Amino acid sequence: MPGSPELKLSFTLNGRPATVAVDPAARLLDVLRYDLAMTGTKEGCGEGECGACTVWLDGLPADSCLVPACQIEGRDVWTIESVDPDRVRALLTSGATQCGACTPGVVMTALWILENPELLRTHTIREMMSGNICRCTGYDGIIEGIEAAMDGPARTAEGPA
Amino acid sequence: MERIEGLAKLTGAERYVDDLPVEGALWGMTVRSPIARGRIRKIRFDPAVDWSEFVVVDHRDVPGANEVLLIEPDQPILAADRVRHVHEPVVLLAHPSRDAVRRAVRSVEVVVDPEPAYFDVSLPPRPDQVQRGGDNVMKRIEVRKGDVEAALGRAARVVEGEYRTGAQEHVYIETQGMLAWEEDGVLFVQGSLQCPYYVHKAALRAFGRDPDRVRIVQAPTGGGFGGKEEYPSMIALHAALLALKAGRPVKIVYDRGEDMEATTKRHPSIVRHRTGVDGDGRLVAQDIDVVMDGGAYVTLSPVVLSRGVIHAAGPYRCGDVRIAGRAMLTNSPPHGAFRGFGAPQTHFANERHMDVVAAALVLDPIELRRRNLLVDGDETATGQVISDGTDRLALLDRAVELSSWREKEVGHRRLARSDPWLRRGMGVACFHHGAGFTGSGEVTLASRLDVAGLPDGRVEVRSANIEMGQGTLTIFTQIAAERLGVDPSAVVIAEADTGRVPNSGPTVASRTAMVVGRLVEEACDDLRARLGLGEETRGQPFRQALVGWHAERPGRELVGEAQYEPPPGIHWDDSTYRGDAYAAYGWGAYVAEVEVDLRTYGVRVVDFVALQDVGTVLNPTLARGQVQGGVAQGIGWALMEDCRWQDGAMANAQLTNYIVPTFDDLPAIRVFFDETPWPSGPRGAKGLGELPIDGPAPAVVNAIARAVGIQPTEIPLVPERLMALLDGVEADRAWIA
Repeated sequence: MPGSPELKLSFTLNGRPATVAVDPAARLLDVLRYDLAMTGTKEGCGEGECGACTVWLDGLPADSCLVPACQIEGRDVWTIESVDPDRVRALLTSGATQCGACTPGVVMTALWILENPELLRTHTIREMMSGNICRCTGYDGIIEGIEAAMDGPARTAEGPA
Repeated sequence: MERIEGLAKLTGAERYVDDLPVEGALWGMTVRSPIARGRIRKIRFDPAVDWSEFVVVDHRDVPGANEVLLIEPDQPILAADRVRHVHEPVVLLAHPSRDAVRRAVRSVEVVVDPEPAYFDVSLPPRPDQVQRGGDNVMKRIEVRKGDVEAALGRAARVVEGEYRTGAQEHVYIETQGMLAWEEDGVLFVQGSLQCPYYVHKAALRAFGRDPDRVRIVQAPTGGGFGGKEEYPSMIALHAALLALKAGRPVKIVYDRGEDMEATTKRHPSIVRHRTGVDGDGRLVAQDIDVVMDGGAYVTLSPVVLSRGVIHAAGPYRCGDVRIAGRAMLTNSPPHGAFRGFGAPQTHFANERHMDVVAAALVLDPIELRRRNLLVDGDETATGQVISDGTDRLALLDRAVELSSWREKEVGHRRLARSDPWLRRGMGVACFHHGAGFTGSGEVTLASRLDVAGLPDGRVEVRSANIEMGQGTLTIFTQIAAERLGVDPSAVVIAEADTGRVPNSGPTVASRTAMVVGRLVEEACDDLRARLGLGEETRGQPFRQALVGWHAERPGRELVGEAQYEPPPGIHWDDSTYRGDAYAAYGWGAYVAEVEVDLRTYGVRVVDFVALQDVGTVLNPTLARGQVQGGVAQGIGWALMEDCRWQDGAMANAQLTNYIVPTFDDLPAIRVFFDETPWPSGPRGAKGLGELPIDGPAPAVVNAIARAVGIQPTEIPLVPERLMALLDGVEADRAWIA
């Protein structure tokens, strides 16, 4: 809303402290994209269906279009910008990206699965990934990339990469 | 070779139009018609809003013709005195704050005196619904071969059927968007689009400018599937009108709801078949009637209809054929290009009908197809003699074998005896897809492409064909590198900017790799010839010659050129609709296995075999991805993607209730290729992008038919519709109940 008081937020973004003054009703997605110019996170539907805007929030994947900025005070946010290219090379080889619009969200969920492989004892990759819609690949290229990345380099940082 | 821009996409570094930072840009939005048809009485601006903060544009601000120029000039950029569909653009607003402009759009009321709207193309329009000619027909096409009535009279059996398909939304994940600005008297528009020169042509008309005073630049495009073929011209013109009036850059980015409500969808269709067969199950007559809902303006409907009609008889041999097609003007938002471009609709009808014919003859559906598939030397419905070397019977046999059809059907029969609720079935579809523009289209386009030799020994491919995920950048790099024997890193693909690249035609119709890729090869050859080199000069010697040429002629450009020439022996007659409708066809045989749950009426595709011959496969990873993505969209169209219409507006314009397949809705899609090189394609390749969406819907529905013993005729076959068929309840009543 115009004239509404700006909220000063402090949180951790990709392992570094971040401070930003925002409209309290703004979405985390817009804070990242338009206030912090981190445009890697994409908007696909704006209602939590497609997962293109997936980030890690306190270690869990979250649709940043559904997170009001006022809820991120003091929390830990990781975005696609933190990802080491070497960590996603298997996804390149497998054909996991085509148009690329869903890809940042797909990668953030995929890396979460890779960091928490015990989840695959009770869930399939298809189930775990089903919050991310891709319209180009038919999904097989992504699944094969995740499977191949299981054998790839382990993470070195606190976040996704 | 790996996707050129793949790592940028995987790390979020790729910048789409909404990601481009623009100093001082305004946000633009569109005020739209609230109803489907009527006269605009008045436009009311809420006096509570300070409109002096806004840039406001209406039809009077269009300096040239108020037309989105494409095939016919009937579609206005902004409605003037009347509206013809819900969500038709009427007024444009721009403001520095995106929130402010979003709120302001709701403060403008377009008051329309309603007139009777026409939606149901299964009925002729009432007199008060007529808006074009005497009958709302915007295009008629007829294909005639032999004497179909006489052949039907001689046939041992005549089998009839009527098949319907619904609208389908593209759901490219990046919604549509454009950025416009003026710089030194030149209007720039940059955005998400498939056809830079379509936008360029439309802008010249709307702004009455010389060609060099408009430049259209493609931004990385997050999916298109045809949805960014024609509608981007509209958004580009809107952004440009606002930017010119504001004297500042203006960005328009649709949100998902606006994108789904206002932009194009796949044409809904009704296709009727009357098929004559002889005592041996051979087709002797195909009488086919194709009706498509074109929506409120002509846009691309005549050519969508054309492709649909030409593919309607399927990949089969039949001496006497009549195919009559009509595209109807209605008051729906214009339906438009969507991967397959009319052919998926007519293939659905034809392949579904083949199973209905087989059931009527008590003949195995595979065997019915085997008896009728085209073999080299046979003629299509338009009289085109097929002789490309593909063995279509072998393709079908291999697909059946890969699917383990016979073994699985034994298990399916056992399941039906043992399980009260679960049923499984196998279904097949045989189909073809013509690559490139229809008929004389490629000759008319006369595409041009350049390959420049750069001073540092690299080459630059200059084309208007764009990357939208399908792999243009990678394929062009690969073709040029291979042709010249250089490393892929020595090939640069120029940005698709009409100020820098020649018109190599639109990025549509499965033409980019096949038609334009061939031009890349020819322009590379021309470049080599201009260096005085023979074809045997490749790699380092070529690069040395190029560097040497520039060293002797500093500051000069060296450009190899190519222009489209039809392959030898291709002839088409537009007046009779006879001849070689396409220079080349891809051929497919797909098999689906489904499981139907009789408690929920839910259908799961549990296995899918996609076998095709598209000539040489240029890049296995990209080709496989095209097929898997096309199959996924086809399964969505068949089973779940249901545009619900209410008074001409899409009632479910959001991803919450317009359902597309997720990871968990699909099986692994098993992709196979037979490779019969086509001599006129680059390294023997034919078009690929659209073929994969022609087969899945009929294969899946044929499998459902075999699983539960009914003959569905309409898609999407959502659970409610399947329940109605199985329980004999009216679908809409069941929906309400």
